[in-house]
Amino acid sequence: MGKKILEVNDLHISFHTFAGEVQAIRGVDFDLYEGETLAIVGESGSGKSVTTKSIMKLLPKHNSEIKSGKIIFQDKDIVQATEKQMQKIRGKDISMIFQDPMTSLNPTMTIGKQIMEPLIKHGNFKKSEARKQTLKLLDLVGIPKPKIRIKQYPHQFSGGMRQRVVIAIALACAPKILIADEPTTALDVTIQGQILELMKDLQQQIETSIIFITHDLGVVANVADRVAVMYGGKIVEVGTVDEIFYNPQHPYTWGLISSMPSLDGMDDELYVIPGSPPDLLKPPKGDAFAPRNRYAMQIDLEKEPPMFKVSDTHYAATWLLHPNAPKVEPPQNIQDRMQKFSKGAY
Amino acid sequence: MAEKEKLLEVKNLKQYFNIGKSNEVKAVNDISFDIYKGETFGLVGESGCGKSTTGRTIIRLYNATGGSVLYRGQDVHEKKTKSELKDLHQKMQMIYQDPYASLNPRMKVNDIIAEGIDIHELVKSKKERKDKVQELLETVGLNRDHANRYPHEFSGGQRQRIGIARALAVNPEFIIADEPISALDVSIQAQVVNLLKKLQREKDLTYLFIAHDLSMVKYISDRIGVMYQGKLVEVATSDDLYLNPMHPYTQSLLSAIPLPDPSYERTRRRISYDPTSHGYEEGEEVYMREVAPNHYVNCSEKEYKQYQSNYNPK
Repeated sequence: MGKKILEVNDLHISFHTFAGEVQAIRGVDFDLYEGETLAIVGESGSGKSVTTKSIMKLLPKHNSEIKSGKIIFQDKDIVQATEKQMQKIRGKDISMIFQDPMTSLNPTMTIGKQIMEPLIKHGNFKKSEARKQTLKLLDLVGIPKPKIRIKQYPHQFSGGMRQRVVIAIALACAPKILIADEPTTALDVTIQGQILELMKDLQQQIETSIIFITHDLGVVANVADRVAVMYGGKIVEVGTVDEIFYNPQHPYTWGLISSMPSLDGMDDELYVIPGSPPDLLKPPKGDAFAPRNRYAMQIDLEKEPPMFKVSDTHYAATWLLHPNAPKVEPPQNIQDRMQKFSKGAY
Repeated sequence: MAEKEKLLEVKNLKQYFNIGKSNEVKAVNDISFDIYKGETFGLVGESGCGKSTTGRTIIRLYNATGGSVLYRGQDVHEKKTKSELKDLHQKMQMIYQDPYASLNPRMKVNDIIAEGIDIHELVKSKKERKDKVQELLETVGLNRDHANRYPHEFSGGQRQRIGIARALAVNPEFIIADEPISALDVSIQAQVVNLLKKLQREKDLTYLFIAHDLSMVKYISDRIGVMYQGKLVEVATSDDLYLNPMHPYTQSLLSAIPLPDPSYERTRRRISYDPTSHGYEEGEEVYMREVAPNHYVNCSEKEYKQYQSNYNPK
């Protein structure tokens, strides 16, 4: 593994709403290394987007609050950074691709202008140079006829092409970190495949680190080097992509993997994780997943599990990993995966 | 399958937009398929291939440009009186893609679900109406007291359940589900798909399931039709389609599905589809031919022979 480029330490974020304080992030720790892709997975409301938006400091100021924790980037704490400092970082060192390419582009500006904007603001390009660079970028992200396309407006592009434009904007200044928040969720499978390939290609060319947020485990298996599984505002399991898919330890990860339909199997009914995500207005005392976990023990209801070490790169927060915990049998399909893993097939 | 009753017959259906203008779009261009009673027919393809338009034309949200849709032998698109149309719409219902946009934010769940009941005058008293709504809510796995809430108080998965309850309210036989799970989380998708399957068993429903997520479509469908640029290119039972995809476009679609298996993903090879690769000569007739039992492919005579020799039934 390369050098650490980003370090998130014990991050707590709350939203103040009419109903009370929503503790959206409740102690998140992770590191991002140079050149790697870290995927963050979890259900809606698990805090994936809030975590990454806090790295960009894009959370609404009027009702959100970073209660405690540190986000260390280039030896500086982003939590303490002023808006002015952040403006120098955003789009230059850290940039972001949003889920919906239809709404993240400005409909009244030509796409050429939108790509040139970060080049002129951050890259000190002159206008004519910026235009040349923009043509190069359009070519790089695979948009044909860049000389014509540069003068066109977003509505003249299809969904997949718009997402390519968004990627061109995000990569214009060769950022050190690229945050992709469900970049392919709004696209269909064939286009999704193309965009994923493109992102992997570009990552190698400009050597950026990617934080990839998604709820699609198929996409994760395709792009990620490491995976962090989030639940109820916390990371419950983190490991390399092989460890998470072939040797998952947390019952929530088991549930996530089991609820995907398999192409070859003829399963009668899809597995569904029972119950619903925790109400973060009143976060539960013990393990947030305990009420939905059929392997839950008494201690899960009383005390939050710490991160147990599985290997140097693999940690999971479940009491099942405690040396005194009873041995449990994971679901059959997970056992199959683990068996292959222990044989060293991967 | 042959002895099964045909519920819906789509014959040479055409749906064009902007007819006669320079920007004419042949959204659905001469497609034919049948749906049998009690089965789920999946329709897949990339965005813009005309799958949603097909669904909407079947239920007569659009007036077809050409061809016909026969529901139990009766043409949906011929001239109809208001009451005939109303009868038809009681039997056919639709579930929409976006659970946020398809529910009126100013109506209570109670009234959203009962709207169809009121229109078709299915209940006699207010009490009966209330009971019916509560029963429907329980059928789709929601709470009885959810009836007095507004749509914004629900999550995406719950809203989709309300959409399903609304479709069920008028006791339909046939439901067109237009990407009902695309906007939902993976774990919620499984819940909604299980619910749809359960309802199908209990109420003997027939589904037209439109989606671009092939893994879910394979899971829920008995037969699948693959669409490309307004045309059906392949129709087969879902297992046969996955084991023996014949049309190059189907093969490319299948190769694009990401699977939750990193070692498979590392070695995967995407096949891309080039519509010119067929190299059809002039005068060659390209239409749907039955290459194997119940397996139809849009192909020329030459391709037909080639597909047939490559086919290996399992």
